[in-house]
Amino acid sequence: MDFDLFIHILVAAVAAGTPFVFAALGELVTEKSGVLNLGVEGMMLVGAVSGFIVMAKTGSLLAAALCGMVAGGLMAGIFAVLTLTLMANQVASGLALTIFGVGLSAFMGLEYTSIGLPGVPEIHLPFLSDLPVVGQLFFSYNILVYCSLVLFGGVSWFLYKSKTGLLLRGVGESPKSAHALGYNVIGIRYLAVLFGGAMAGLGGTYLSVAYTPMWVEGMVAGRGWVSLALVVFATWRPARVMLGAYLFGAITIAQFHVQGFGVEIPAQLLSMLPYLATIVVLVFISRDQNIIRLNSPASLGITYHPDM
Amino acid sequence: MSEKIMSKPPRLQLKGMTKIYPSVIANDSIDMTIAPGEIHAVLGENGAGKSTLMKAIYGVVKPDNGQIVWDGEVVRIQSPAHARKLGIGMVFQHFSLFETLTVTENIALAIDDYKSMETLAARIKEVSEEYGLPLDPGRQVHSLSVGLRQRVEIIRCLLQKPTLLIMDEPTSVLTPQAVRKMFETLRRLAAEGCSILYISHKLDEIMELCHSATIIRAGRVTGIAVPAEETAGSLAKMMIGRELPVCAREKESIDGEKRLVVKNLSKVSSNQFGTELKEVSFSVRGGEILGIAGISGNGQQELLVALSGEHIVADKESIQICGEAAGNLNPDERRNRGLGFVPEERLGRGAVPGMSLTGNAILTAHRQGMVKRGLLDFGKAADFAKQCIRDFTVKCGSKDDPVNSLSGGNIQKYIVGREIQQNPKLLIVSQPTWGVDVGAANMIRQAMIDLRSNGSAVLVVSEELDELFEICDRLVVIAGGRVSPSVNVHETSKEEIGIWMSGMFPGGPAEVEPEGMEAAQNEASHVC
Repeated sequence: MDFDLFIHILVAAVAAGTPFVFAALGELVTEKSGVLNLGVEGMMLVGAVSGFIVMAKTGSLLAAALCGMVAGGLMAGIFAVLTLTLMANQVASGLALTIFGVGLSAFMGLEYTSIGLPGVPEIHLPFLSDLPVVGQLFFSYNILVYCSLVLFGGVSWFLYKSKTGLLLRGVGESPKSAHALGYNVIGIRYLAVLFGGAMAGLGGTYLSVAYTPMWVEGMVAGRGWVSLALVVFATWRPARVMLGAYLFGAITIAQFHVQGFGVEIPAQLLSMLPYLATIVVLVFISRDQNIIRLNSPASLGITYHPDM
Repeated sequence: MSEKIMSKPPRLQLKGMTKIYPSVIANDSIDMTIAPGEIHAVLGENGAGKSTLMKAIYGVVKPDNGQIVWDGEVVRIQSPAHARKLGIGMVFQHFSLFETLTVTENIALAIDDYKSMETLAARIKEVSEEYGLPLDPGRQVHSLSVGLRQRVEIIRCLLQKPTLLIMDEPTSVLTPQAVRKMFETLRRLAAEGCSILYISHKLDEIMELCHSATIIRAGRVTGIAVPAEETAGSLAKMMIGRELPVCAREKESIDGEKRLVVKNLSKVSSNQFGTELKEVSFSVRGGEILGIAGISGNGQQELLVALSGEHIVADKESIQICGEAAGNLNPDERRNRGLGFVPEERLGRGAVPGMSLTGNAILTAHRQGMVKRGLLDFGKAADFAKQCIRDFTVKCGSKDDPVNSLSGGNIQKYIVGREIQQNPKLLIVSQPTWGVDVGAANMIRQAMIDLRSNGSAVLVVSEELDELFEICDRLVVIAGGRVSPSVNVHETSKEEIGIWMSGMFPGGPAEVEPEGMEAAQNEASHVC
């Protein structure tokens, strides 16, 4: 494999991995607060179609991104009311949210299926982007990709450096203790769920507006589920989520090239490769039981009833 | 001192505090007065309403009626944050700590006025050493012993500079030596003007420490006393409404065959925060009660799941039941060989919560001829359940009531009764009287003694030293996953067992692996 191709795969991997970065980091914050939202796929779809519609009507990327986030957040809001206020089961509610999102997005996007968008231009920095190799690797992406990197830095800082992040981790581990100390467990969980929804929505918008600038029914194609898996197999640590997301992207791109070389492996088997390889790698690097226990939110998925 | 107290308004005054739950009146117009610098005991049995009352003061529970007067002013305490602002600190019976966070992070979540994690850590170190309760701020809580965790709770309160400190059953997790140490700290706090509400059902502690006491029974105040002027008997009478019962037993144990032999049992805990068992060896003969003393979290859980068969051990010879290698047998096979087992968790492991008393009897007693050709004989099961309810005075509507409709003490009586009624060759009981009121506890103890006198072997794991000294023939101590040599109860003292509980016994963790022991926990310097 020649060097240019290698660089090309890496660059394409970042672009392919970015929707996972958005959705998985959002879900990570949600899960760290102790709430398991299985509705990521549905939230991404609704975010994707909403962002696409706004982009098609206004041509403003900012408006599209904001609208995608609001749409994802609204979906998450439904989930939050069900599970946090009405204390419904999180797993069942999350699954229902996904099914709802699939239907809703298809309905919303009925009139937009045959429209193409111009896409989002890469940012060209004078001098930096023209550097050989480095320029291509680091300075050849669109604005949303850089946003996802800022999100990564922000989430890491928030969780491990800020007091609110400390509280969020505390709530995820022992809501009872947090309540006894006088914190509003339900309020904190609401914010975490809404943030997770907004990021899933943004991830969806990236897909429909920048990555493949068009709307196709069900175009998220399982990426929401992969994001959920990434969070778990990365043992709830942001850096490993990033690694997993880009690894998945890289293998997805690489297997296309392998198919292009005419290797005698059925295409179906190659398409399985990203899922299998990513999970195997993450499971392998995160197999330390202690680290899993220390990082997994102990109250994940358990409805909290404050006793009064 | 009394003059000084009189001239100031009381620190806290409760008037007619009432809290009604759907099934029970937890507090029925309770009055109480605490002066500045006073150590005030709240004495009562489990379920008397002590914890509910404290939670109302701390703003966790909203009272239905009544008034709280704080430093002369009527207040409505809305939340724990509000209580803390007033100067009320609380050390919970079940800790409110976050296990995966560090000591500093845990404390940071409870206080607001700190500049950075570093300055807070320095302050924790300073204050904890000042009060003789040293703590390492960087340690993660899950790696701390229960005694050290309590220390984190106490320091967390002290950093808020409280003027009233509520301590809910603080000594249940401490060695006698650590209790001494804590009393010193409390006396010093009181001398500095902090009032202390001390909740306990241990009479000797209250007589030693407290200036005054309010006694609560079934949600009502049944007495106000100066503990130093009372006897344990008179306090107990106010607490349970009758004389303190004692167990009767024959002095000499029968020297029967070995029913349980544990030989060089080593096992890594399946729980990350658990304790590894290291070369555990002991044996129990028919006709004797062997007690295992120790602070919880020192390997009891790991040992019990290995003995019950819930976890199978690699070397099947390391556990022998009635002379047969049993390390590789599952719980059912072990019970077939004469084992009876009462786990520490009543609901879930000891009984199926939503199933009837009869149904729960079948779960372990089906060996008593309740199954014929694969079909259940419900008549026999019902008779068994009825007898158990009668013999052990289990308070319930009928044998068809679901187990979780009973109170904790009654569930425990039923589960212990179910095992004893099968007349096991070997009975293993964990925490037999946890959360059980004094009368019922006495009955359970007596039943175990009777079983032993009839020739069965009994193994009791308990944290209550008083209980072990009352019923056991021999004692061993478990600390850091190691078990001490056994000692006859008549040839030892609570002090010696207390020292052993901190790992200092022949072959104990303090000798074998001193660097691994938490010097702060075992209070070595303090004892010697």
